[in-house]
Amino acid sequence: MIELDINGVRRRLDVEPDTPLLWALRDTLQLTGTKYGCGQALCGACTVHVDGTPVRACSVPVSSVVGRRIATIEAADRGRIGRAVQDAWRRLDVVQCGYCQSGQIMSAIALLARIRKPTDADIDGAMAGNLCRCATYQRIRAAIHEAARALG
Amino acid sequence: MTNANRNDIRNLSRRRFLQGGAGLTLGFCLPAAAAAPAAGPGKAGEGLAVPGAFTPNAFVRIGTDDTVTVISKHLEMGQGTYTGLATLLAEELDADWKTVAVEGAPADAARYNNLFWGPAQGTGGSTAMANSWEQMRKAGAAARAMLVAAAARRWGVPAAEITVRAGWVSHPASKRNARFGQLAADAAKEAVPAEVTLKDPREFRLIGRRAPRRDSAAKTDGTAMFTLDVRLPGMLVAVVAHPPRFGAKPKSFDAGRARSVKGVVDVVQIPQGVAVLARDTWSAKKGRDALSVTWDEQGAFRRGSEEILAGYRELAKKPGLVAGQAGDADGAFAKAAKLVSATYDFPYLAHAAMEPMNCVVRLAPEGLEVWNGEQMHTGDQHALAGLFGLKPEQVTIHTMYAGGSFGRRASKDADYVLEAAQIVKAIGGKAPVKMVWLREDDMRGGYYRPLFHHALEAALDAEGKLVGWRHRLVGQSILAGSPFESAMVKDGIDVVSVEGAANLPYSIPNLRVELHTPKDVGVPVLWWRSVGSSHTAYSTETFLDEVAAAMGRDPVALRLELLSGHPRHAAVLRVAAEKADWGRPLATAKAGDRRGRGVAVHESFNSFVAEVAEVTVGRDGGIRVDRVVCAVDCGTAINPDNIRSQVEGAVGFALSAALHQAITLTEGRVDQGNFDGFPLLRMGEMPKVEVHILPSEAPPTGIGEPAVPPLAPAVANAISAATGKRLRRMPFDLSSLKA
Repeated sequence: MIELDINGVRRRLDVEPDTPLLWALRDTLQLTGTKYGCGQALCGACTVHVDGTPVRACSVPVSSVVGRRIATIEAADRGRIGRAVQDAWRRLDVVQCGYCQSGQIMSAIALLARIRKPTDADIDGAMAGNLCRCATYQRIRAAIHEAARALG
Repeated sequence: MTNANRNDIRNLSRRRFLQGGAGLTLGFCLPAAAAAPAAGPGKAGEGLAVPGAFTPNAFVRIGTDDTVTVISKHLEMGQGTYTGLATLLAEELDADWKTVAVEGAPADAARYNNLFWGPAQGTGGSTAMANSWEQMRKAGAAARAMLVAAAARRWGVPAAEITVRAGWVSHPASKRNARFGQLAADAAKEAVPAEVTLKDPREFRLIGRRAPRRDSAAKTDGTAMFTLDVRLPGMLVAVVAHPPRFGAKPKSFDAGRARSVKGVVDVVQIPQGVAVLARDTWSAKKGRDALSVTWDEQGAFRRGSEEILAGYRELAKKPGLVAGQAGDADGAFAKAAKLVSATYDFPYLAHAAMEPMNCVVRLAPEGLEVWNGEQMHTGDQHALAGLFGLKPEQVTIHTMYAGGSFGRRASKDADYVLEAAQIVKAIGGKAPVKMVWLREDDMRGGYYRPLFHHALEAALDAEGKLVGWRHRLVGQSILAGSPFESAMVKDGIDVVSVEGAANLPYSIPNLRVELHTPKDVGVPVLWWRSVGSSHTAYSTETFLDEVAAAMGRDPVALRLELLSGHPRHAAVLRVAAEKADWGRPLATAKAGDRRGRGVAVHESFNSFVAEVAEVTVGRDGGIRVDRVVCAVDCGTAINPDNIRSQVEGAVGFALSAALHQAITLTEGRVDQGNFDGFPLLRMGEMPKVEVHILPSEAPPTGIGEPAVPPLAPAVANAISAATGKRLRRMPFDLSSLKA
């Protein structure tokens, strides 16, 4: 048994210690908002926060995040920044297929927590690890700026 | 998937619309009872009949809570179809957009066929809006008429005095009002109208404006359900060991180590490989990795992609089948004063949707149940029925949101869906199975955009006029072996191999387009966003630029002159050139950088798109596409914001391929497995995209694909303007651009 702190709740999981956090979230806890895209930290679809830092859940074994605060897209609306990001995404209709967007949003929230008024270069850097096959990048950029404006 | 025979099919279907067949089915109203079964994307329900609700036809259900649920016969894979179809229906229904929801239709070709595909249900070829344009509006108008009739009966007033606006039915003279939900039960008892009158476009309130996407909320809070998110009681997850080469089969396997992996439940052989079934995905993957399989490679394809290409180059030296001709091309070349020639190479390309292909299948006594981002309902339904000896209607398909497709899910032979079903069959249906392709399975799984080689020649006469054009293409047929083969392969010519080339819009008096279709290449190929135009637009539009340079002509001016018979091409070209300040110098670059502007125009899926790209080329050959100005004519703009969104995305999708992507084979093995070898465009590489939509009252045409083809040639022409170098191989070899 492994105990994890996920979205503020302690969860006990019967999984092997080498199980990636991604599959523990998706298959064991049914938190399916975090997506599988590559399994090698190449695409960012599985981005979650560990102690506030964006990490690729596909490449983090559960044993390495015991005692850390894990936050997923399902809890994105609990913070002011998360709500601002989700609102901006909706106002601008950023999504197309939507599969990568949980990861995009989690990376964007982490960026805005760190830099309240990001420049285009900040966005290029912070979002470089999140791939979007539909190439919604122009709207992601605009939505991050819009969320920053809304946060004041 | 393309334009062939579309008009015949469309007209036939439209005539039949209100007389049953593809049209309205009668509504019914059951006594209010249990809560509605959850149906539609993400939820494993299916019934269209909901207790207490008004279901006037196959496309809409109005609940007593005022919710207007539009049933989408087409897959939502990102292109905005759910929103677009709902807009059409809600427009004629005069619904309140805030109360409109959308759910995926079940597989049922009798009610939900694509009107351009005859009796088959499916999504592709940018046909969703075009084939549904009248159907969905008529469905909305019929429902509206039944609500009006119910109100007239309840209030004892003439129907003609009743108005409908934003979900309210009103009789202004008597100041009576009712919401849709309050009339739903009575409306269900009204007769379905035989004929309906559609609005004059000037009365549109939703069409032509931005109706916010119906899937934005669920896709930004993690609740949107894709097939990979489906979990059924007792479900096993299957990860499959696939053969290392196309055409190979499993011979024998040792599952000892795989079975000892905790969580692994079973290991079974299927025609496509060996499947490891486990309680969860990670255990199945570990089990798959622990398998030892011996492959029967007798029928395996063993050539590499460079070898294939070398063969194609040889073939291109010989005449092929004639796919299009005008005048006397050879005569024009014999008399030519000046010749221009070039050859082009295009690689295999993977679709690489962010959600790798996966499928959930459950065998039940009454039939088969499937969960899938379903794009070819009817074809897949028949293939699955055949495997289990069932009738097609015994195969229920729940259409989930698709995490991208770009053509991949429009399988011509039900490939990955059948693979999932084979696993269920191999375990005797004892458990529902979710078959998961990991990224490497998806990328190495074939069904690529075919590798192509093109050879082009142009003849100029003594006055420098363009008098001759010869274009020879070599590449595998996509349509061969597909359900569309009989209709769309004519005299050995696969129309999607030559679309965009055989119908070159330029008025050139002497032209011949020829095709070679090699049949000895065992790499499975499939339509990839914009299909044949993904390569024909590149070769024709970059070659025309070379010809313009040889003639000393401006690329826009020459195109406009040659497009005299094609006003819609010319119109988008003029708008793109004007908005991009064509002809004015670009802002100067920093020292060492070179800048250039390039243009391309192309028609695909009955839509017309011109793009002007502005590019900066660094001293090291690195390029940055700064800005892309797009002009689009896709007929009536149902949702201009979605058109912009699709064009922006198409630019990024096409630029990914131009800059980064190729699937290559070495001795038959695919070299790439993940996004390190097959990179996608990243945030920092995305150009600024501007979209200009031409006003039009023509029926709507496609927008999911048509902005892809012009991008790469516009960028290549811009690079050439900046550096003088012509790029004739995709993806671009930037090392040749070093200063």
